[in-house]
Amino acid sequence: MKSSADIFREIADIKDRMTLMEVCGTHTMSIAKFGIKSLLPSNINIISGPGCPVCVTSSGDIFKAIQLAKKDDVIVATFGDMLRVPCNGDSLINYKNVKTIYNPMDSIKLAKDNPEKEVVLIGIGFETTAPIIASVIISADKDNIGNFTVLPMNKVVPPAVELIIGNKNNKIDGFILPGHVAAITGKKYFDFISEKGGRGVISGFDPVGISSSIYELVLMIKNKKSAIVNNYGCVVSDEGNVLAKQIMKDVFSVSDAEWRGLGVIKKSGLEISEKYSKFDAVKKFGIKNVKVSESSGCICGQILMGNKLPVDCSNYATKCTPSNPIGPCMVSSEGTCAAYYKYFRD
Amino acid sequence: MLVDKIGLNVGSGGRQMQDFIKEVILKKLGNNILNVLDDSAVITMEKGRIAMTSDSYVVSPAFFKGGDIGRLCICGTVNDLATSGAKAKYISLSFIIEEGTSLADIEKIVDSVSITAKEAGVMIVTGDTKVVEKGRCDLMYINTTGIGVLDEGVSISTHNAVEKDVVMVTGPIGDHEASLVIYRKLIDLNIDIKSDVAPLNLKIEELIGQTKGVHAIKDPTRGGLSGSLNEIADNSNCEIEIFEDKVPFSNGVKALCDIVGFDPFYLASEGRYVIVGSSDIEPVVKKVFGNGASVIGRVNSNKKRGVVMHTELGGLRKLGVMDGIQLPRIC
Repeated sequence: MKSSADIFREIADIKDRMTLMEVCGTHTMSIAKFGIKSLLPSNINIISGPGCPVCVTSSGDIFKAIQLAKKDDVIVATFGDMLRVPCNGDSLINYKNVKTIYNPMDSIKLAKDNPEKEVVLIGIGFETTAPIIASVIISADKDNIGNFTVLPMNKVVPPAVELIIGNKNNKIDGFILPGHVAAITGKKYFDFISEKGGRGVISGFDPVGISSSIYELVLMIKNKKSAIVNNYGCVVSDEGNVLAKQIMKDVFSVSDAEWRGLGVIKKSGLEISEKYSKFDAVKKFGIKNVKVSESSGCICGQILMGNKLPVDCSNYATKCTPSNPIGPCMVSSEGTCAAYYKYFRD
Repeated sequence: MLVDKIGLNVGSGGRQMQDFIKEVILKKLGNNILNVLDDSAVITMEKGRIAMTSDSYVVSPAFFKGGDIGRLCICGTVNDLATSGAKAKYISLSFIIEEGTSLADIEKIVDSVSITAKEAGVMIVTGDTKVVEKGRCDLMYINTTGIGVLDEGVSISTHNAVEKDVVMVTGPIGDHEASLVIYRKLIDLNIDIKSDVAPLNLKIEELIGQTKGVHAIKDPTRGGLSGSLNEIADNSNCEIEIFEDKVPFSNGVKALCDIVGFDPFYLASEGRYVIVGSSDIEPVVKKVFGNGASVIGRVNSNKKRGVVMHTELGGLRKLGVMDGIQLPRIC
C-alpha cells in the first residue's frame, strides 16, 4: 500500500487542471482538519457539495421545529448542531425545552421519563441516519409509546447529485462519495453517476483513506475513465446493509423536499409512511407548511453547486460567522463556509 | 444552630449567617487574618509589585469527576496569578448560594476549598455569602479575587514571546472540559475521563526559580489550546507554528472528539499550562512538570499567519480562535 507521502508526490506530477467535489460534510471537515488542500498542487481543486444534512435544512423546516419548541408540553429532541440553524433571526438554541441528544434512541427514554410531555425527535440526516430514525419509530411502535413523534426532515443524496451533474455550469470532473451513506445503500446506489458519464470514488474518512480516494479519482479523471470505485471496501458492499434499507422502506416514503440554498428537489425527501403515521409530528400537531424566505445576499446555493467559493460571498466572515450563521454552509461545523472560516481564514 | 438546607436567612446578615460563618467557614478556612471578621482584611505586604486577578465560577454540575467548584475556584485563581510569575498568597471568596442547597453539599465544597488552598499554599482572607431564591442560580456560584507577589526582575507575559522560543505544554490537553461533557450526560458515553483541575502555582514558582528563560505562560482554559496560542501570537505579534503529532491528548479526549466531532484543540484544561521561552527551558519544564510535558512547536518572527499547525498527514492547517461554542455533530 502506498503511503500518503507517496500519493501526494505522485499527484504532484499530474499537470491537468481538475475540480473534485466531496459530497459529504464529514469529508469537508476531514480534508480541512488534515490540511489536505495544502498538499495538493494548485491545478487540483477540491470543492464541497451539499452533503451536510444540517446545512441544507430549510428555514421552513426549522420554523416547524420552533413552533413545536414554543409549546409548553413539548420536548424537542435533536442533534446538537441543529440548535444554531437560523430561521428569521431565531433558532432552536433560544428555547429551553429543546434537549440535545446524541443517540436518537434516547428520545424514547425521554418520552418514557416524561409521560406528561410530548417528545418530538427531529428526524434529520441522509441515508446514514434515516435507518436509525426509522428504527426508533419501530421501537416506539413496539413499546406503544403514545407521547412520541418524529418531525421528518430526512433527505436522500442522489437527487442533489443529479441536480449538480445536470447543471449546465457544472465544472466538476469527479465526486468523492460519502462512505457512511454507501455503507447503508451499497455501491450500486451511486452507479447512476457513471451511467451519465461521470465518475466517483466511495471514500472512508481517515487521512490515508481520503488521500488514496483523491488519488484514484485524479487518475480516473486523467484517463477519462467513467466508473464508480469503492475505496471503502472494508465497510461498503455492492448491495449495502439490506436490513437497514428495508427498515427505511417500511417507515418512510419518498417525497419532494426543500433544501436550503437549492430549493425544492423532487423525490429527495423522506416522509413517514402511512403505516407509522401516528408517529408523524406534522400530522399529530397539524403543522402547516409555511413559506419562509431565505436570507438575501447569501450565495450558499451556488457554493453547494460548486459554482462559487465562500470567499466570493459578501456576507462571509462579516455578517455571516459560525456564531451568527446566515447561510447553510456556515450553519453546521461541517458546512463549507464553516470549514473555510475555521481552517483558512486570514 | 445550622439547618440541613441553606435558607435565604443565611445571607441576610442575622444570626443564621453568623452561625454559618462560624461553623462552616471559620472552622474549615480560618486563619489569623480571616478570623478577625472585619469587613476588609488587613494584609501586611512586602515592598514591590503585586499581581491581582478576579474570576467567577459557575460550573455545572458543581461536582464532577476529578473535582468540584471549590477545588476549581482555588486552582483557577492561583493558576491565573502564576501566569505572570507571581507567587499566589491571598484569596477572597464570595459565595452566591441557591436557596434550598443542602448544607452537606456546601460543606463538601468548603472542604475542597480548604484542602486545595493548603495544597497551593494560599490563605483565604476575606469573603461574602449571599443566598438567592431557588432557580436564580445553579446550586452555587463562587467569585474570587487573588493577590500574589512578584519577585524583582520577573517579567512573564503573553506579550513577551520572541522568535526562536519553544512552545511547550505541561501535559495532555482538554481533560477538564471533556470530563464535564461526559459528566453532564449531554452524551451518554461510557468513557472514563477525569478533570485535570490542579493548582500549579508552586510548580511555576519552582520553574522560574530555576530558569530565567520563561517568557510567557498561559492556562488553556476556555477556548482551549488554540485560544491560548492565538492570544500569545496576537499579543507578542509573532507566528506560532506547532506540530499535531507532538501535542499530547489522553485517549479519553481523543475518543470523545472522534465520536462527537469536537476539536480537541478547543477543549479547556484547568491544570495545564502553555509555556513559551528560550530553548533551554525544555529540560527544566520536564523536570518540574514530569514527562507529560512536551515541546509542541516554536515561535517565528512576525509572518502574520497567527497560529499554524503541521498536521500528522504533513499538511498545514490554520488554528484559529473558536467562534461560538462546540456542539456535538450529527454524524
